[in-house]
Amino acid sequence: MQSSNFRLWFAAALVYTFLYIPLVIVVAYSFNDSRLNAEWVGFTLFWYETLFNDKEMLIAARNSLVIAVSASICATVLGTMAGLAIHRYKLKVLPILVFTPVAMPEILLGVSLLLFFLQVLNLTLGMVSIIIAHTTFCIGFVAIIVRARLQGMDWSVFEAARDLGASPWQSFRHVTLPLIMPAVVAGALMSFTLSIDDFVITFFTKGVGEPILPIQIYTMIKVAVTPEVNAISTLLMLLTLVMIIIATKLDSGVLRGDASQ
Amino acid sequence: MTKEKTKGGRITKWLVSGPPLLFLLVFFVAPSLIMIVTSFRYPGEFGGLAPLVAPAGEVGGEYGLTLEAYQFFLSSSLYAEIFLKSFGVAAATTLICLIMAYPLALLIARSKKRFRNLMVLLVVLPLASNFLIRIYAWMIILGPESGLSHFINTILGVFSIAPLTLLFSPFAVLVGMVYVHLPFMVLPLYINLEKHDLALLDAAQDLGASSWKRFWRVTWPLSLPGVFAGSALVFIPVLGMFAVPEILGGTGDILIGNLIKDQFLGTRDWPFGSTLSIMLTLAVLSIAGLATWLARQSGGMKYAE
Repeated sequence: MQSSNFRLWFAAALVYTFLYIPLVIVVAYSFNDSRLNAEWVGFTLFWYETLFNDKEMLIAARNSLVIAVSASICATVLGTMAGLAIHRYKLKVLPILVFTPVAMPEILLGVSLLLFFLQVLNLTLGMVSIIIAHTTFCIGFVAIIVRARLQGMDWSVFEAARDLGASPWQSFRHVTLPLIMPAVVAGALMSFTLSIDDFVITFFTKGVGEPILPIQIYTMIKVAVTPEVNAISTLLMLLTLVMIIIATKLDSGVLRGDASQ
Repeated sequence: MTKEKTKGGRITKWLVSGPPLLFLLVFFVAPSLIMIVTSFRYPGEFGGLAPLVAPAGEVGGEYGLTLEAYQFFLSSSLYAEIFLKSFGVAAATTLICLIMAYPLALLIARSKKRFRNLMVLLVVLPLASNFLIRIYAWMIILGPESGLSHFINTILGVFSIAPLTLLFSPFAVLVGMVYVHLPFMVLPLYINLEKHDLALLDAAQDLGASSWKRFWRVTWPLSLPGVFAGSALVFIPVLGMFAVPEILGGTGDILIGNLIKDQFLGTRDWPFGSTLSIMLTLAVLSIAGLATWLARQSGGMKYAE
């Protein structure tokens, strides 16, 4: 048992190293005073300075932020409804529609939405088409999280509220919503991260006008790699990390509130 | 239950399920149907589509519906080869992910409860960094100027073997695919392994089974539902992936995803691109069906999910 435990630890350590070395290298080279991502020359903040003077990149970041906020609001509202409906009622069609976009390769959703926007809606591709596309695949993630939370709860609480004469809206507003709030917030943060991170679907539903962050990064990687990419990568990692910490804090805070009630 | 049957209950039901249903009917079902129709149309002269009905005064020409795109798909073995190659890459990625993820998932499942969440978090955390950046990191590691390349080529030099190029090769594509999808294999495996009753292993040990035998006769068969779930979660997205070959692969490393992308953003042959997408959908559906069936067959019903 002792030796097999050691073997497991060794294998696990290798996998963790494999998972983290690339990220460490990206962060380290963002502070490297060299145009090449080859060897360590010296510490510099030059690449961050370049980044903050890159107008195109700043506009792209702002656009991506607008898209992520809009898409996560839409997806959270629709996804919470879907999660509630799937949990409460025996529905056949809705679960398939909600969960399929999560499970299938992203390229299929990207391609079909591209055809739909151009042929049927005759929409000029841009921010609106990207927001719609992101909402479509984020709904499923929110619904999964909300439903998981509902599954762990005692339905009699809601029955009690209704028996005491609360209208459906009142019982939702004062009983259901506070109880599922951690899941709703987690779903919103997850949608935000997924949206700001998404490359494939954005790639198909973007227009030609506005720069979008993942597309901008893709172009830099394909055309001319400079450590500016490392700098933007590091900042994005920091942003996600902060969001995760906020989510955990919020979640446990609300959970404590639950326990005291 | 009784409340649902009242009129008010029905209204509430539609108020809650209606908006997401409507949104997904318009932005998921309709686009999928459009894609199917597009695969039966003629490509336009300058990309896009030819009109369904001939413009007034025009005689002949290619209008209406056709099987041309499907015939084109079957006419050349090139496309079948790319599909086969994509299946090969997906299978290899799945196998490597399984070999790497299993010991880790097992270790997490057997660790003390208070460490488990942290260990799982450490597996998922890399997913929080940008998808393109995770691929780009391997451009640095496998690049010709990297320490790894120098190291490998120095060793090869000792045996006077010509230097290797790691980046822009099928090897780099495989590394990228494994890196991006590994967490999706660890999670379902862990969820399954965590539910195992360790008393079974104790019983096997009392009956004199070696640790190797205990693994193959007890742990592995019970974990099969997790293995199939994880395999589906890796295999399916790899099958449609175009960004990894695009960034880490060479000119010859084309998979289904790249082929589809080119039809829409390169040559602009929409009907053929739609046909390829439908073929990919069929492949994904059969893989998902197979994984579900295998997970059911593998017995461990009470450990399923």
